[in-house]
Amino acid sequence: MGRKVRPIHTNTSDGDIMSDTTDSGPMLAADGTPLKRSLSRALRRQKMRALMLVAPLLIFVLISFIFPIGSMLFRSVENDIVADTLPLTVVELQKWDAESGELPDEALYAAFASDMVKAIAAKEHTKLGTRLNYEQTGLSSLFRKSGRKMKKLDPAEDAPFKEKIIKIDKKWGDVETWRAIKTHSVRITNGYFLNAVDMRRTPEGAQAQPEDKQILITLFQRTLLMSLMITGSCILLGYPVAWILANLPARTANVLMILVLLPFWTSLLVRTSAWKVMLQQQGVINEVLVWLGMVADDSRLALINNQTGTIIAMTHILLPFMILPMYSVMQTIKPHYVRAAKSMGATDWTAFWRVYFPQSVPGIGAGSILVFILAIGYYITPEIVGGTKGVFISNRIAYHISSSLNWGLAAALGTILLAVVLILYWAYDKIVGIDNVKLG
Amino acid sequence: MAALTPISRKPMSLVLPTVAAAGGLLGLFVGTANGSGLMGVVVGACLVVALAMIFISVLKNEGLAKWISIAVMAVLGFIFGGTPGVILGAIFGWLFHWFIYWLYEGRYRARLLPYLTPRQVLWHYTFRVICGSIFVFLITPILVVMPLSFNAQDFFTFTPEMLRLDPEGYSLKHYRDFFTNNEWQRSFKNSLIIAPIATVISVSLGTLAAIGLSQNHVPFKRAIMAILISPMIVPLIISATGMFFFYSQIGNWMEGTLGLNKTFVGYVKVVLAHAVLGIPFVIITVTATLVGFDNSLTRAAANMGANPVTTFFKVQMPLILPGVISGGLFAFITSFDEVVVVLFVGSASQKTLPWQMFTGLREQISPTILAVATILVVISIALLTTVEMLRRRSERLRGMSPS
Repeated sequence: MGRKVRPIHTNTSDGDIMSDTTDSGPMLAADGTPLKRSLSRALRRQKMRALMLVAPLLIFVLISFIFPIGSMLFRSVENDIVADTLPLTVVELQKWDAESGELPDEALYAAFASDMVKAIAAKEHTKLGTRLNYEQTGLSSLFRKSGRKMKKLDPAEDAPFKEKIIKIDKKWGDVETWRAIKTHSVRITNGYFLNAVDMRRTPEGAQAQPEDKQILITLFQRTLLMSLMITGSCILLGYPVAWILANLPARTANVLMILVLLPFWTSLLVRTSAWKVMLQQQGVINEVLVWLGMVADDSRLALINNQTGTIIAMTHILLPFMILPMYSVMQTIKPHYVRAAKSMGATDWTAFWRVYFPQSVPGIGAGSILVFILAIGYYITPEIVGGTKGVFISNRIAYHISSSLNWGLAAALGTILLAVVLILYWAYDKIVGIDNVKLG
Repeated sequence: MAALTPISRKPMSLVLPTVAAAGGLLGLFVGTANGSGLMGVVVGACLVVALAMIFISVLKNEGLAKWISIAVMAVLGFIFGGTPGVILGAIFGWLFHWFIYWLYEGRYRARLLPYLTPRQVLWHYTFRVICGSIFVFLITPILVVMPLSFNAQDFFTFTPEMLRLDPEGYSLKHYRDFFTNNEWQRSFKNSLIIAPIATVISVSLGTLAAIGLSQNHVPFKRAIMAILISPMIVPLIISATGMFFFYSQIGNWMEGTLGLNKTFVGYVKVVLAHAVLGIPFVIITVTATLVGFDNSLTRAAANMGANPVTTFFKVQMPLILPGVISGGLFAFITSFDEVVVVLFVGSASQKTLPWQMFTGLREQISPTILAVATILVVISIALLTTVEMLRRRSERLRGMSPS
């Protein structure tokens, strides 16, 4: 488009450039370069400068946040330990037909003996036992006990091994043991993800876990259900408050806003401990109810260490996150619409439901997604007031990280949780826009 | 407009049943506490109706009525509940007096639109009561903690002495414990070391990036924004797990290869982890301030010969400073309040205040937690006030009218 227009910048001392004001030649900037190139160079420099300003932080976040989470996610499929500890055995196991129902041949036992002797020297065999124990109980002690005796074997001298190893522990003569090792000898496994949805990897493919081990699906369902209930009660409690804040005179609304912002600014631990104080058997709520005679002394309400406790405490903790987005949407709704509706004969309810409410839906959406995202990943509050019945999937992840040390399963659970959150985050971005998030 | 609504006295047929219901409700509670709910309802209703009758038809003096009502209820309160009963009784006495006259004189109409029907008026006030109870729900837990932190006993609940307002029931011993106990002091000190450093890192990097992001032509703006905001969105437990693996490797490398002190490395790990968590808050608040920023100011500065650095510090920075500070406060409170990540990344020598509170709540329950909680509430009130003042200042500076 630059060609037809008069150049904005003419250099009076240079006749040649002046002559370019006729229409055909390229338009030039002050220093004589074509304007198009000069502009694009300036734009490029501007982009570079913006990127340079962003770069330090972006690199910092990428390295210390995105990369760690990525590598954590990779742990959910990574399974090098079997193939690394028992390299020769794994090769031999590939040749063995697990379906035949016969024990592997001598070559495999020989490979196993030489692998184990090396592993025992490096003290790796107990780790392997622990890993395999997640899949089949008893393998941990099998590896530990056999380790002590197999240490004495000499891979070069003591052949044949099959009899000797079976004599050390008769489980080595069980086809099931070898089938389990073969099943979990792959380097990239779906086993942890199957475990995360209450299934397990078997030689015959994915199968359901035994009944008594099926807890995770229940836990996922409970997390989702309770997060929904918390979001729902936040909507119910938050909507009237947001409405009244948006419709009161500014001075009064500002004072009342403090009552919303103070909990928002107060430490999470303070609010959680306050709820612990309130909800206990001997806590404030129960004492007041007993004093008023509404509850008998021996039948105090069980408000803590169950789902009720988690829902009450988390509703309180997350309520400001619902009220603030709703309030900022409701502030923009002009009162004229409702007045117009009423002047045309609508009842109060119709005017609210048909005119006001639809305009406030974006606020409800924004608040709900925010509260749901926050609720689904909560850890501290369920841990303290939730007991065993009121805990979330996060608590299970923490348990696998710090107590059972089944990191692969923790990573798989984390990946599923993260996927749910990211889908919601994407929805939030579509509906509200990330740059429209406001604080305080 | 609303003040113009004419108000008129209401008939006794409206006033008496309503105040009777209010008196009955209070009577119900006092009655059940003393054995018979039904008795309480009847006595309470009769009492308040009698008060209303006397005030309206005999006394006709509002000022005197107020003191009579307060005195009667205070005496009743003393009979049923001792010293705290007097206070409660006096409050309810004032409340009933106010309620009776509010109804009788028709004052409840004064601030409403004149054409509202009685049902609309009733709904208006019902709605206020609903909102009021939600506000009570929001604020009660925070208020309950405060008096309990002065408990003389090691209980998590109000003792009879406290309810009698007996000075014996109160003491500062939990505060003394907090200020003398090594565990608490060390964790408090750790929090005061970690939070400010993490805040400085996230504020300096975050402000630069926010300035970069708010320029006109930023490639991949949405993607960059999404990445920078993600620490706020990703559930803390997942961030903590990821950082746990990452920082244990980094830590081993720093201790092994660089030969750094173990404690120092521990602090570095926690500070870096907290800095990442604070970044989204800085980005969000500073970009929000920059939205209203007038770019012709920087051009004017450049026009008058200032170089970009001078322009930034003399022109841009003073204007966006409120946003930067409130972002910094958010980052500070995030770090100061954070427990999940430090639980996974830190070791015992980096135990922060929230961590100590968390173990306290989970294992040995000590009321010192309530003293700490009260101190933290006071701190958060101070922070809230600062942020609010900064927000108003920022709006004034940018020529918006404070809302």
